[in-house]
Amino acid sequence: MDRISLTLKVWRQKGPSEPGRLVSYELKDISTHMSFLEMLDVLNEQLIHKGEEPVEFDNDCREGICGMCSLVINGLPHGPQKSTATCQLHMRKFRDGETITIEPFRAKGFPVIKDLVVDRSAFDRIIQAGGYVSMNTGGAPDANNIPIAKEIADEAMDAAACIGCGACVAACPNASASLFTAAKISQLALLPQGHPERKRRARAMVAQMDAEGFGDCSNHAECEAVCPKNISILHIARMKREYLRTIFTA
Amino acid sequence: MKLDAKIPDYPIQDIWDKHKFELKLVNPANKRKYNIIVVGTGLAGASAAASLAELGYNIKNFCIQDSPRRAHSIAAQGGINAAKNYPNDGDSIWRLFYDTVKGGDYRSREANVYRLAQVSNNIIDQCVAQGVPFAREYGGLLANRSFGGAQVSRTFYARGQTGQQLLLGAYSSLMRQVKLGKVKIFARREMLELVLVDGKARGIVVRNLIDGKIERYEADAVVLATGGYGNVYYLSTNAKNSNVTASWRCHKKGAAFANPCFTQIHPTCIPVSGDYQSKLTLMSESLRNDGRVWVPKKKGDTRRPSEIPEDERDYYLERKYPSFGNLVPRDVASRNAKYVCDEGRGVGETGLAVYLDFADAIKRLGRKAIEDKYGNLFEMYERITGDNPYETPMRIYPAVHYTMGGLWVDYNLMSTIPGLFVLGEANFSDHGANRLGASALMQGLADGYFIIPYTIGNYLTSEELPKIDTEHAAFSQAEAEVDERVKKLLSIDGKKTVTEIHRELGKIMWDYVGMSRTKEGLEKALEEIPKLRDEFWQNVKIPADANNLNKNLEFAGRVADFLELAELMARDALNREESCGGHFREEHQTAEGEAKRNDKDFSYVAAWEYTGDGKTPKLHKEPLEFKYVKLTQRSYK
Ligand SMILES: Cc1cc2nc3c(=O)[nH]c(=O)nc-3n(C[C@H](O)[C@H](O)[C@H](O)COP(=O)(O)OP(=O)(O)OC[C@H]3O[C@@H](n4cnc5c(N)ncnc54)[C@H](O)[C@@H]3O)c2cc1C
Repeated sequence: MDRISLTLKVWRQKGPSEPGRLVSYELKDISTHMSFLEMLDVLNEQLIHKGEEPVEFDNDCREGICGMCSLVINGLPHGPQKSTATCQLHMRKFRDGETITIEPFRAKGFPVIKDLVVDRSAFDRIIQAGGYVSMNTGGAPDANNIPIAKEIADEAMDAAACIGCGACVAACPNASASLFTAAKISQLALLPQGHPERKRRARAMVAQMDAEGFGDCSNHAECEAVCPKNISILHIARMKREYLRTIFTA
Repeated sequence: MKLDAKIPDYPIQDIWDKHKFELKLVNPANKRKYNIIVVGTGLAGASAAASLAELGYNIKNFCIQDSPRRAHSIAAQGGINAAKNYPNDGDSIWRLFYDTVKGGDYRSREANVYRLAQVSNNIIDQCVAQGVPFAREYGGLLANRSFGGAQVSRTFYARGQTGQQLLLGAYSSLMRQVKLGKVKIFARREMLELVLVDGKARGIVVRNLIDGKIERYEADAVVLATGGYGNVYYLSTNAKNSNVTASWRCHKKGAAFANPCFTQIHPTCIPVSGDYQSKLTLMSESLRNDGRVWVPKKKGDTRRPSEIPEDERDYYLERKYPSFGNLVPRDVASRNAKYVCDEGRGVGETGLAVYLDFADAIKRLGRKAIEDKYGNLFEMYERITGDNPYETPMRIYPAVHYTMGGLWVDYNLMSTIPGLFVLGEANFSDHGANRLGASALMQGLADGYFIIPYTIGNYLTSEELPKIDTEHAAFSQAEAEVDERVKKLLSIDGKKTVTEIHRELGKIMWDYVGMSRTKEGLEKALEEIPKLRDEFWQNVKIPADANNLNKNLEFAGRVADFLELAELMARDALNREESCGGHFREEHQTAEGEAKRNDKDFSYVAAWEYTGDGKTPKLHKEPLEFKYVKLTQRSYK
């Protein structure tokens, strides 16, 4: 089994209104089979033994699906491995002796709470603005009443795969939440169940995205490059069409 | 404490319909006068909160994560069952009911399971209407697959992300109700106490996980949907934040805990690679459709798998179970993996793994076919282990996955505390001693969408619920208890970390209250657990303070509760002198080594009453009657 030593530079910040800074830690004897978060667990265990405050970072499922983990690793949201959330990144992707810089997702819409933990509740509010089909529990017709072509269902699923982690925002030079917002608008625009409300939805969700302080999309495609679920920027194109439809077909 | 399941006496097909008719309704104009607390935003909690809000109730909905969408349900992969019979292969409500009771090894209530099968079809309709992108056939209709050894194809799925899609469906309905002002979300909050007024559940005390402030919330009823307690084993497939605290606090306030020893161990997980391991990743059960399980015939054989010739391999499942082979049920597959590893024939660095080999399937069907079926799973495996399963066999080992036990509830999903309802994995209701694949999602959504909206109304109209506020003495007392606990945890300043003690607890549980249990082992666990608990309260170290985000402090509280639950699990396992479902007692097996039930003495739900710290809990028995399903001994030979 391979073991490596690392220097970590970790963003430490006591609270939202406190200044933060990078703090260096040396780690030895790290197994390359560890996940990145397990490596941070090891660091935290050492800090606790020394009576120091552990580094706070969000995580939950550790299977790349809950979207709770984040981190900007060496300048890249979710780190160097493509299509991989931080929790599924493993240490075999790093070299012995390497210095790794770990920072929070940074965006006006994602204020830091502590250390590497940020507030992503803006995403919930974007969905609240219209990311649903307005139907109550109960009266749904039989599930097979409306056939949906497999290709359409698959494409809707590609969009729906978004885990809401916010890497797209962290990667974007404009801190735009377009990929996140588009993924939901696109999913529901593709499916017949979403059609009755498509205009209202696009208008309201885009307006909320702006209100939260996220920037505009200017087609850098950095979002797609870091998305752990490979959500395509074609969905942003569809969102833009949906939005235009609300203006021109009032 | 009296257990009354309150199952109306009608023919099984009519119970739920008749009961719904007999339940009192709340006048539509009055619904907005009621406040309901829902703790949890997984499939059970989110579906309940949204549906109750749609009816007009005012909902306060709590979760630990930063967003309700991140509840552990999001991680479910395989699918959700329903009795639609779209494939025309002979499925029916009756068959789903029958399979579930049988799969649970006859330790669940017939009436509950029948209702579950009945509403299963509504769930699929509901989810499709929300825009859940289930897999479809080319003709545009919904696709089904067979799952977990079922003989019919009744599982609906959305790639390997069914839980995610179902949860996002429920979450979207929930977000709509937030917008409409009917639900208020309290994220990053942890419920730490239940508040009882006149013996009824009337509120909760939570810790705000960001600033550490203790907060009080009042309601007319409390709905708990806080998930399962598999993390008592330290390593499990559960999310890191999954815990028993909410259920345990309620248990200590008077809610009976049912069948705590019934845990499910899933056979196909990625094995532990070292001490630092923080969780285990499930590899879908579907892999066993094409993969062959084997270990070397020789002990301590360290050759690479490709160097071990065919006749020196033991395909032990195929050998022992010629008719089911690699597709034996979860518990049988898990136990046999343990046995071969105990014999010293396990593979990999730790010797705690067996091979799952796709070489034959690739030869037979071609690499492309395997890639189409399992591509994403193979990728995930490679990401985690660094090995390529197209070229070398996967290594797998069983891991704790699901807990069938939970708070006892009656047919209305109410616990032994009036006004405290329990849904989803947190209750014990429908899976008996073993849960079938794709049935947890079904149960969580059944509870939340289609059961609680009816039963809670009946409670609210039938009870005197005088207005209270959070200044009530009961709240102050509950808050003081929470405060004291937090202070105590922080004051210990010992030498061991929370994780170190949790890991030790996990080892005790895995060794003695795991896949295969014995009287001696369980007695040993009952000695070891209290010792470890004492050590925890004298020697744990938690730096930093309580007025801030402090995950280590959160985990400390949860581990403290696991240390109490663990003892109850061992006690329950010791009491149950039989083998059934996930509970295997080595003393009780057939000549062929299969689980041997004792229907005469143990056909009951074991519901434990808390009687005070350091006191032996009291066992209450709810007898199980089987009028419709014939009890048989399972055989997979
Ligand atoms: C890897 C994996 C794959 C699975 N695959 C399948 C499958 O294919 N099919 C299937 O049917 N089942 C599957 N299951 C099982 C299924 O996912 C779960 O049983 C089910 O999702 C549980 O849902 P729940 O709503 O009861 O609880 P959870 O989803 O666990 O939600 C619990 C909620 O309670 C909150 N909470 C907990 N404690 C507190 C507290 N003290 N205060 C405030 N909030 C609290 C949490 O924040 C969360 O919101 C799988 C499980 C795992 C682990």
